[in-house]
Amino acid sequence: MTPRLRWRKFVSGFMLAMTGVCALVAVSVLFFILGYLVYHGGTSISWNFFTKLPAPVGESGGGMANAILGSAKLLLIASLFGVPIGFFGAIYLAEFSGGTTAFVVRYAADLLNGVPSIVIGIFAYGLVVLPFKHFSTLAGGFALGLMMIPITLRSTEEFLRAVPRALREAAMALGASKWKTIVTVIVPAAYRGILTAVLLAFARVAGETAPLLFTAFGNRFWSPGWQQPTASLPVMIFTYAVAPYDDWHRQAWAAGLVLLGLILVINIVARAILSRGIAVPRS
Amino acid sequence: MATTTTTVPSAGPVAGSRSFLSRLREGDEIARIITFLFAASVVLVTLLLVFELWQGSVLPRHKFGFNFFRTSVWDPIFDQFGALPFIYGTLVTAVVSLLIAVPLGIGAAIFLAELAPARISDTLQFFIDLLAAVPSVIYGLLGVFIVVPLMREYIQAGLKHSLGFLPFFQGPAYGVGFLTAGIVLAIMVIPYIISVSREVLLSVPRDQREAALSLGSTRWEATWKVVVPFARGGIMGSIFLALARALGETMAVTMVIGNTPAISASLFSPGYSIAAVIANEFTEATGDLYLQSLIELGLVLFILTFILNGLARLLIVATSQRGGGTGHL
Repeated sequence: MTPRLRWRKFVSGFMLAMTGVCALVAVSVLFFILGYLVYHGGTSISWNFFTKLPAPVGESGGGMANAILGSAKLLLIASLFGVPIGFFGAIYLAEFSGGTTAFVVRYAADLLNGVPSIVIGIFAYGLVVLPFKHFSTLAGGFALGLMMIPITLRSTEEFLRAVPRALREAAMALGASKWKTIVTVIVPAAYRGILTAVLLAFARVAGETAPLLFTAFGNRFWSPGWQQPTASLPVMIFTYAVAPYDDWHRQAWAAGLVLLGLILVINIVARAILSRGIAVPRS
Repeated sequence: MATTTTTVPSAGPVAGSRSFLSRLREGDEIARIITFLFAASVVLVTLLLVFELWQGSVLPRHKFGFNFFRTSVWDPIFDQFGALPFIYGTLVTAVVSLLIAVPLGIGAAIFLAELAPARISDTLQFFIDLLAAVPSVIYGLLGVFIVVPLMREYIQAGLKHSLGFLPFFQGPAYGVGFLTAGIVLAIMVIPYIISVSREVLLSVPRDQREAALSLGSTRWEATWKVVVPFARGGIMGSIFLALARALGETMAVTMVIGNTPAISASLFSPGYSIAAVIANEFTEATGDLYLQSLIELGLVLFILTFILNGLARLLIVATSQRGGGTGHL
């Protein structure tokens, strides 16, 4: 073996090993984050965390019951607003539309998907907070729902398109009208994919903080109804983490653990649903 | 024979030949209209967003014009608003994050696409996907309590000791600052670079590799000199995506950048970013000019990410189509 060849082989082996190191570093970050959150959050979490209101500033103890309920309410509104638009919009794109309209809708959705979340917050502020004249669950839910639309729309469309053409033709040949074909054949065939898309969109917005800062705002008490400012888990993590109290830091860790646990579980469930379904492309 | 020739011309528009009324009776037209309304609302909402950002930032545009981007005084009391420190902070943190994330991300993508067996590659990709799902406020939390103390105690001291002659690594070590924000951002965008680059690398035709190997190149040479250049466009696309994401990232940056509107060559010094100033000051903005200046910053952010995302999509689509084709160069 010439020295030159030996050198080339050495470079090859070394660089390939380095790529492995890169992959290892990237993946180990996930386990590092998980481990740290479980360690810190696990020691700070308690029953009170789920059942009590935040304690007054300066007192230790208390919990985040209002933030948990607030997040649930925000996500409910977001889903009620975002999922139908994404779902029916996707049906239009996949089944009804011609070239130009579909292009415009897809383009708008991609654009919306790329908008930084803080800008979504500004938009929701102008559209919902200003007319109602105060921060509200409604405004926060609207902002989050807006972010769900493009994710739901684009993946649902993909899964609808992946339904084999033969299924459509068979239904049409039996005399079913187009909408009947969609309702009874196409959507049921793609439902695993659609469910996955919706779950992933849900998980994505569940951790969003920036759009809530000036829409849902925050609240140290229960937020009755839908038109009051409300606490939410992500915003609580933010305010507690940057505050100077040790007890708040502990609660921020606990909230982080709960939030991340929820999001990772939804992600894993969504992917499990998809992998057990009929042959549909991975998004 | 005669019957066939007469039916052929009319065979094309069968669906169109049904009357509007009959389609309406069967419900197709109603379903079409209803779903169209939902699809149209997506376009409407997007247009509304652009309109509102534009309309909401009229005052500072008229008052400051282009000076908004050139001056660095941000003084709500005297109604002076110059965005330069925020633009500077946003760009610097994004560049720092890319300097770290690009080599790491592309390296990992090469490993996943070229070296790892399919099972391992898919498993690792699953973890990468989970990493991409971690919300930014969690990164911020870890940034505040882990990265910031680490930077203050060890990394900044070490950098000052070894590279302190460079203007980038001077000044007191606060822990928070451009460098810290850049590192946290890098951790956040790496999953995006890996996922997209891996897809693009996997779409490179097999014969490209085989040709290089058969000519006697080593495995690394085949990867680095043939496969990676083939996928160059898509990899660039993944970097643009990451850049757009880094520019628009709010929470993690707000928590570790130090929130001081200052321009400094040193990466150790605290700064501010566009998204962070919006997050911190929007609810406290008194006066229309103040609020509208913040909205104009939002507009800037929107335009930047709009351009980058568009470029990224073009590059990625172009590259995958090239890979999916016949594979000739």
